[in-house]
Amino acid sequence: MEQFTFSSKLKRTTFILMGVGLIALVLGIANIFGSSDEHHHHLAVARLWSNVLINGFFFFGIALAATFFMAVQYVAEAGWAVVIKRILEALGAFMPVGAFFLILVFAAGTFHFHHLYHWMDPAVTDPESPLFDSIIAGKSGYLNLPFFWVRAILFLGVWIWFWKRFRTKSLEEDLGFDRKRHFANVRDAAIFLVFFGYSSSAASWDWIMSIDTHWYSTLFGWYTFSGIWLTGMVVTTLLALYLKKNGFLPQLNASHIHDLGKWVFGVSFLWAYLFFSQFMLIWYANIPEEVTYFIPRIEDYTYIYWGMFLVNFLFPMIALMDRDHKRNYGFLITIGIIVLIGHWLDTYMMIIPGTMQEHGTIGFIEIGLALGFLGLFSYVVLNALTKAPLVAKNHPFYQESIHHEIH
Amino acid sequence: MHKESEIRYPLILGNKTYHQITEDVCAPVEGRANKLWYMAFTVAVITAIWGLGCITYTIGRGIGVWGLNTTIDWAWDITNFVWWVGIGHAGTLISAVLLLFRQKWRMAINRSAEAMTIFAVMMAALFPGIHMGRIWMAYWVFPIPNQFGSLWVNFNSPLLWDVFAISTYFSVSLVFWYIGLIPDFATIRDRATRRGPRAVYSILSFGWSGKIKQWIRFEEVSLVLAGLATPLVFSVHSIVSMDFATSVIPGWHTTIFPPYFVAGAIFSGFAMVQTLLITARKVVSLESYITRKHIEYMNIVIVITGSMVGVAYLTELFIAYYSGVEFEQYAFLNRATGPYWWAYASMMTCNVVTPLLFFFEKVRKNIVASFIISIFVNIGMWFERFVIIVTSLHRDYIPANWTLFHPTFVDIGIFIGTIGIFFVLFLLYARTFPVLALNELKSILKSSGDNYKNKKH
Repeated sequence: MEQFTFSSKLKRTTFILMGVGLIALVLGIANIFGSSDEHHHHLAVARLWSNVLINGFFFFGIALAATFFMAVQYVAEAGWAVVIKRILEALGAFMPVGAFFLILVFAAGTFHFHHLYHWMDPAVTDPESPLFDSIIAGKSGYLNLPFFWVRAILFLGVWIWFWKRFRTKSLEEDLGFDRKRHFANVRDAAIFLVFFGYSSSAASWDWIMSIDTHWYSTLFGWYTFSGIWLTGMVVTTLLALYLKKNGFLPQLNASHIHDLGKWVFGVSFLWAYLFFSQFMLIWYANIPEEVTYFIPRIEDYTYIYWGMFLVNFLFPMIALMDRDHKRNYGFLITIGIIVLIGHWLDTYMMIIPGTMQEHGTIGFIEIGLALGFLGLFSYVVLNALTKAPLVAKNHPFYQESIHHEIH
Repeated sequence: MHKESEIRYPLILGNKTYHQITEDVCAPVEGRANKLWYMAFTVAVITAIWGLGCITYTIGRGIGVWGLNTTIDWAWDITNFVWWVGIGHAGTLISAVLLLFRQKWRMAINRSAEAMTIFAVMMAALFPGIHMGRIWMAYWVFPIPNQFGSLWVNFNSPLLWDVFAISTYFSVSLVFWYIGLIPDFATIRDRATRRGPRAVYSILSFGWSGKIKQWIRFEEVSLVLAGLATPLVFSVHSIVSMDFATSVIPGWHTTIFPPYFVAGAIFSGFAMVQTLLITARKVVSLESYITRKHIEYMNIVIVITGSMVGVAYLTELFIAYYSGVEFEQYAFLNRATGPYWWAYASMMTCNVVTPLLFFFEKVRKNIVASFIISIFVNIGMWFERFVIIVTSLHRDYIPANWTLFHPTFVDIGIFIGTIGIFFVLFLLYARTFPVLALNELKSILKSSGDNYKNKKH
């Protein structure tokens, strides 16, 4: 089948998931208004908004990573991946929706509905105020609302704009052989990657690292990037397997799946390497300014923190080392889901200790909202998938891709 | 048979046959060297002798003959060490990572890049060796059974991790290189007309007969080694970076160091491969195999890794400001505007600005421009290490200790000397080894050869 049809059964599932998310949202809001004292009120606010940020960032990251990966395929002249290109394009379609939630969180912060980013409070940079914080004041040349918004709008806007351009040219290519459109996309991909190289790091400083405002790490940008790249690869693999299992995408063969498995395997190593580099160097030097980040994570969230590191490192390493496992649907799906949860927890650990200190929990609100976002994400992506043929037939590497065979 | 898109460039130019490939690659080994080779070899030997003289002088007199002092106790030597190790990186990347990524253009450049790796790592290992002062006790870096009194290595020290990382790296690179050479040595053996060379190449080729079974094993072992060597590409320079990053010295202690050093190493390694191969393709007439497209691909790797290094430079600068830590901020201000501003400016110009020219297709495809920029990168990457090491040390926490580093003639002589030794080895290699993986190259002739590609249309 060349065209994906979004079955009503699947649609229903995504709606049920969104319904669960809505219930969790209502519960989160009820929590805020039902809280007995100011402390609990503050925590309930932080909990709800943190979860919107976690999920908004997590699912937006998948969409962004898919677009990044597609750009890499263009620039690297990769032939094999043409058959999964439409999957990458469809994943990118979630970017505007994800961006909406991120902007919602930033706007609510700007208007002081929550204090996830406590540098947004004018009191901390006001020398007259008792809340004055000289370290944060020293950062205010970068961390100030106007500049923050300029960056956020610029990054989100440019990423989405590039996705749109790739998609448009790719769909135009379907109408007839035209190398020009392909090469235009190659050029755009190179420009996108340069922009992405700078903006992805800066975005992670702005949106995540600035939550722990005092703390800093030069590796943080690349660490965050490796996490979203991995989740992007995992979701691409899962979606490809889903399509194949349901009789779509007949051109997708065992070699493509093997290669996707290799990407999941390889990028999870990259992530673990960057986790280790950041952690080990800070642990080894043991400077007060830096260890403040790891101490609460390790002491207050011991099991989640080490658990997510071990799961994200060991599971893909052990389970996907074997060649046959990288071709095995059961293995890939199981590991994919575990790694996805593992990296959701990684995102959780990047945000919650900064916003809720030791009071973070994982209850119905967390799980419900995550499922709700999953439903919304699946709906947007699968809907985008129905909009175009599943394979870009006129791509210059189409023949290479459908004859892809490795051992 | 794999399909190949018509928009891909041919990787073997001219009307080559399998036999012609063998002829072309074996020619430098079987024929006599030209004048150019002898001239280059003479210069290299003289430089090498000068370097060896300076090394002998250092060992005889102690490292007091260097420009080091109590504040700047690492400078020229460790700069050279990191520079050479970094250069070695491209070989492993080309042989291992590009193999895993099924890059066919790799076949034309992997042999020389791997040879370069081996020689560069040898040059690198020399520096910590002589820096120890008593080189005859160099084996003390290994955790050997302790009969010498209170002597035991410090497992907490990244310097020891370096010993393991680099020796593993050297061994695996050597094995990788050698296994690839076996079928090609066999080809030279079979063609040898004189008894002496035949005997030598017959020993070197381990009785290779070209059976299918041997080829299957050859390909399997190559993939296994590639899988093992890929983490090595990351680990070696990560651990070199930890020599600095585990400290509490501003400008050294920064978490981005491991991946940033790896990117920088690949960057400098590719620049050196570019320098060597642009020369080699002319000297031994291999323009049909190391084509303009190969050079362009290498330039793309250079511009990508160079941009990563650029992102890391700016990240460091930004975080120094953002951290609010006075020492951190001063370290970077001092780098850019202090007494070593010229080193910093050279680094920025050579590593960040000039490679940006490769974003233009015309420059990427221009061989002279590629050669010049590759030299720039080689220089810039040397300065990068010098900037990191010396500017962070020369003004430490106690202003009374502040001083400058002045290299002596011995420092300079040893560095120039290692370049000489490196070229002696490389030039000898170019005359005795098949400089292209000729048997592997044959495997892509029918899919990527100019004549075969054109025949289809």
